[in-house]
Amino acid sequence: MTTQSTPQVSAQAPAQIPALQPPSAMLAELTYRCPLACPYCSNPLQMGGRETEMPTDAWKDIFTQAAALGILHVHMSGGEPASRRDLRELVAHCASLGLYTNLITSGVGLTKASFAELAAAGLDHVQLSIQDAEAKSADWIGGYEGGFAKKLEVAHWVAEEGLPLTINAVIHRANVARAADMVDFAVRLGARRIEIAHTQYYGWALRNRSHLMPTRAQSEKAYAEVEERRERYKGQIVIDHVAPDYHAKFPKACMSGWGRMSMNVTPQGKVLPCHAAETIPGLEFWNAREKSLADIWTNSPGFNAYRGDDWMQEPCRSCERKTVDFGGCRCQAMALVGDAAACDPICSKSPRHDLIAEIAARDSAEEVAGFTPRRIERAREKSPV
Amino acid sequence: MTVEELAPESRPHLLRGVKLKNDQVRKTWVLLAPERYLRLNAISVDILQRCDGAAALSTIVDDLAEKYSADRTMIERDVRSLLNSLLEKRMLGL
Ligand code: SF4
Ligand code: SF4
Repeated sequence: MTTQSTPQVSAQAPAQIPALQPPSAMLAELTYRCPLACPYCSNPLQMGGRETEMPTDAWKDIFTQAAALGILHVHMSGGEPASRRDLRELVAHCASLGLYTNLITSGVGLTKASFAELAAAGLDHVQLSIQDAEAKSADWIGGYEGGFAKKLEVAHWVAEEGLPLTINAVIHRANVARAADMVDFAVRLGARRIEIAHTQYYGWALRNRSHLMPTRAQSEKAYAEVEERRERYKGQIVIDHVAPDYHAKFPKACMSGWGRMSMNVTPQGKVLPCHAAETIPGLEFWNAREKSLADIWTNSPGFNAYRGDDWMQEPCRSCERKTVDFGGCRCQAMALVGDAAACDPICSKSPRHDLIAEIAARDSAEEVAGFTPRRIERAREKSPV
Repeated sequence: MTVEELAPESRPHLLRGVKLKNDQVRKTWVLLAPERYLRLNAISVDILQRCDGAAALSTIVDDLAEKYSADRTMIERDVRSLLNSLLEKRMLGL
């Protein structure tokens, strides 16, 4: 799954919430199967294959509960959601419940006919990933020959159907020089929005960090060039820009706060506050095949672990930004300083902030070498006995 | 493509993929759009329910000025400010 920015909500959403609010967004990871192999994929390193995925009825039941719980947006994602044959049925089900359905896709696996069916079934929005602004590099990054050409085709179908299109682009060393070109390209494709995100280092991206991280100068140049497009394309395209973490002063408000707005459901039914949450050891997450979504949202220990601010340490606890960024990202704190409750070391106030400069100095470079391509480990079909 | 400007004869409408919803859980109207939602107050709902692509901006303003027995200039300012912000967010067509 390509999207790297956290779900956005209105500016009117209260910053500090006394009681638990209903969730507004669900990222439904329908499958981990994907024909592409992006080196920054946010899926986990260990992924279950088709035989572990929930059947159609289980997903439908989850969506029905989601609507009742107050979820407004369902983001159908993966992996590549078009790898599932029941995609049309799931979209139709969500639409019948009044859920806003968004398809987050690489485009590969869709046909003109299957896409027309999704649109007719009530799909509201398409998010199409691009790996670069030029074909050769894009296909190399995604590890899929012909992928770029396919995306052009899909963008065209989306426009023909009159559906809104968002282009997703993840920026890293191999495409950083063309970040702004990707915005121009998205405008040419007729996209209403572009999400352009500097790589966030989780999942496969963390594994590939030393191949992905651009130099500070490259990141800053790319960032400024994209920002410059904002005025130029005002009213034509909305630019959602996620800054490069490792070169920032303050951390991002990860997921708009842990367990505050949204939930992720894995292909196997596990309900998580974000896609990397399982990298934090010792947290207990519940499964939607065993408990109701409402119960999970309110009572699952994993969701409650980092809600509010009781869990916070200094410098976050007494910091006025704690209602803005919630102390940053728990998974990043875990991955980098070994304590999920610590201040995200991206923050310049973190006592461990020096680590970030160290990693950036070690892992960033201009030269593009290889990656470890994302792949599903073949699940053993039968036990040896 | 050029940026559209609101004129009295414009016929504003929500673009495809932008929807009004009466949210039973939050007990409020919301505007659903790609990746975001906006909570709407009563006047915004009144404005947007009239943006059906058939009614002209001037008609919408007249209609609301009558409904609220309010000054037309003030209503027009409110309507334009809401619609302009939606135009900028690529949620509205004219
Ligand atoms: S490999 Fe690429 S296209 Fe496939 S799910 Fe991951 S990021 Fe998305
Ligand atoms: S100290 Fe904590 S709360 Fe304050 S800005 Fe840094 S991460 Fe955010």
